[in-house]
Amino acid sequence: MRPMSTGTYTQLLDLACGAFLLAAVVVLWRRELVAIVRTFALQGIALAAIPLLIGLHEQRWGLIAVATGIGALRAGLLPYLMRRALAALTPSGGEEHHYEEDVSEARETQPLVNVAASLLTAAALTLLAYAVARPLVALNPGPAARALPVGLAVVLIGLFVLATRRRALAQVVGFLLLDNGITATAFLAASGVPLIVELGVSFDVLLAVLVLQILTTRMRTAFGTTDIDDLRELHD
Amino acid sequence: MSGTGLTAVAAQIVVVISGAPLLAGWMRQVRARMEGRAGAGVLQPWRDTRKLLRKEPITPIGTGPAFRTAPALLVATTAVVAALVPLLSTTTPVSAHADLILVVALLALGTVALALAGLDSGTAFGGMGASREMTVAALVEPTILVAVFAFSIPAGSTNLAAIVAGAVREPSRLASPAGLLATAALAVAVLAETGRIPVDNPATHLELTMVHEAMVLEYSGPDLALVELGAQMRLTVLLGLLASLFAPWGIATDASWPALAVALAAFVVKVAVLGAVLAAAEVFWAKVRLFRVPELLAGSFLLALLAVTSSYFLSGE
Repeated sequence: MRPMSTGTYTQLLDLACGAFLLAAVVVLWRRELVAIVRTFALQGIALAAIPLLIGLHEQRWGLIAVATGIGALRAGLLPYLMRRALAALTPSGGEEHHYEEDVSEARETQPLVNVAASLLTAAALTLLAYAVARPLVALNPGPAARALPVGLAVVLIGLFVLATRRRALAQVVGFLLLDNGITATAFLAASGVPLIVELGVSFDVLLAVLVLQILTTRMRTAFGTTDIDDLRELHD
Repeated sequence: MSGTGLTAVAAQIVVVISGAPLLAGWMRQVRARMEGRAGAGVLQPWRDTRKLLRKEPITPIGTGPAFRTAPALLVATTAVVAALVPLLSTTTPVSAHADLILVVALLALGTVALALAGLDSGTAFGGMGASREMTVAALVEPTILVAVFAFSIPAGSTNLAAIVAGAVREPSRLASPAGLLATAALAVAVLAETGRIPVDNPATHLELTMVHEAMVLEYSGPDLALVELGAQMRLTVLLGLLASLFAPWGIATDASWPALAVALAAFVVKVAVLGAVLAAAEVFWAKVRLFRVPELLAGSFLLALLAVTSSYFLSGE
């Protein structure tokens, strides 16, 4: 297989990074948890495209295998697990109870910072990531390194989602955004970490999501809601 | 050069003024057909205008010059914008003045004139509509400025003709993340600026939701015809601007007659397609609550800002 031309490579990589950043912003924008999970799956595809493009460009087959694994985990398995947790939280009452269905669990109704303000914060965080990454970009100004602020911006936006959202599942998505951002930064800055580290991180994330899935179900049975603010006291 | 250039400017103004009611009629017709109605026909807005122009002009008691001059000012500013924006050709005698900031300022002048007229009428609805229109306008103008600024970074100029000519030469600029984000932001801003459905419903007179209709409630006769024409021209010009920036193919970049004819046909097709897409989308959308509008506009502002920043860190300069 012949390597891609540099122009096409740069353009496709830029598009993948743009879609990656856009997905993080859309997570901040939407309120319905179903839409948030779907956006997260799309972000997983964009994230998998980054090592795939780098691997095709530099003809490194290991990276392509890593890209396949990342795509399967972050665009397939994790959204599937979250959808299952969501389905368990919002029992569909059948057709006849359609109007009485309690939808408050399926939406991020009242985030700590309202949506318009959090979108403006995301703009500020992106600018901050750009400012912070400038010395790093100057070290090795290739097309991948120049897109480094995208990874940092997604890390910051993920942290912001984690800090301001109330629903447990929205916080899980925030945590995963943070992790997606770290992975993207690793690929853009250093063309990826060793395979064993990548595997370790992936299993870590998977385990965290599984634990959080059980936790949200427990919270739902204990408090009747997944609002994190209800977790104030410690019990044995 | 000047012969075709002047013709291009004249053609832009004539096409926008005569085509704007047709575009409105076309969009209503598409919408009616998709909703299963027969529709009133593409020519209905022109028939409405003819009917209104025959009526006697009446101004409410106590209204001042702001109320009387606003319709003319709205149409005049939009006509100037139609002459400046490179809809058909990028080499016209006025294209050197087609500055982005001037175009946005002219559009804002029309908005402000109409809002002042709404306040001048002294009714509760007029003031309410004016205050809502100003809220939306204050959020939309920065979005339009920043979004087109994202297009102007690769061109190195805020001149709209230079931006469009550059995009015709290098189509790869449009497929960059900056181009796509800026287009999305600009599309939302155009919807808000022209009062289309997620922000305002042009087909309603429900007092709780109307924005544009509340301001122009006191107008009648020829003045109402001018206000309607102005609103339709704004929609046409902004859709044309969107088409010129994102799909600049077919716009004449040199001064030749065949290129101008092709540009005219391309412009009509592009705006008709955009209008049909918009009308089709409106069938499926609901108007968002007024308090959700700032959220939508903050989102589009963020997209525009991301477009500008990403054109710094993603483009291959």
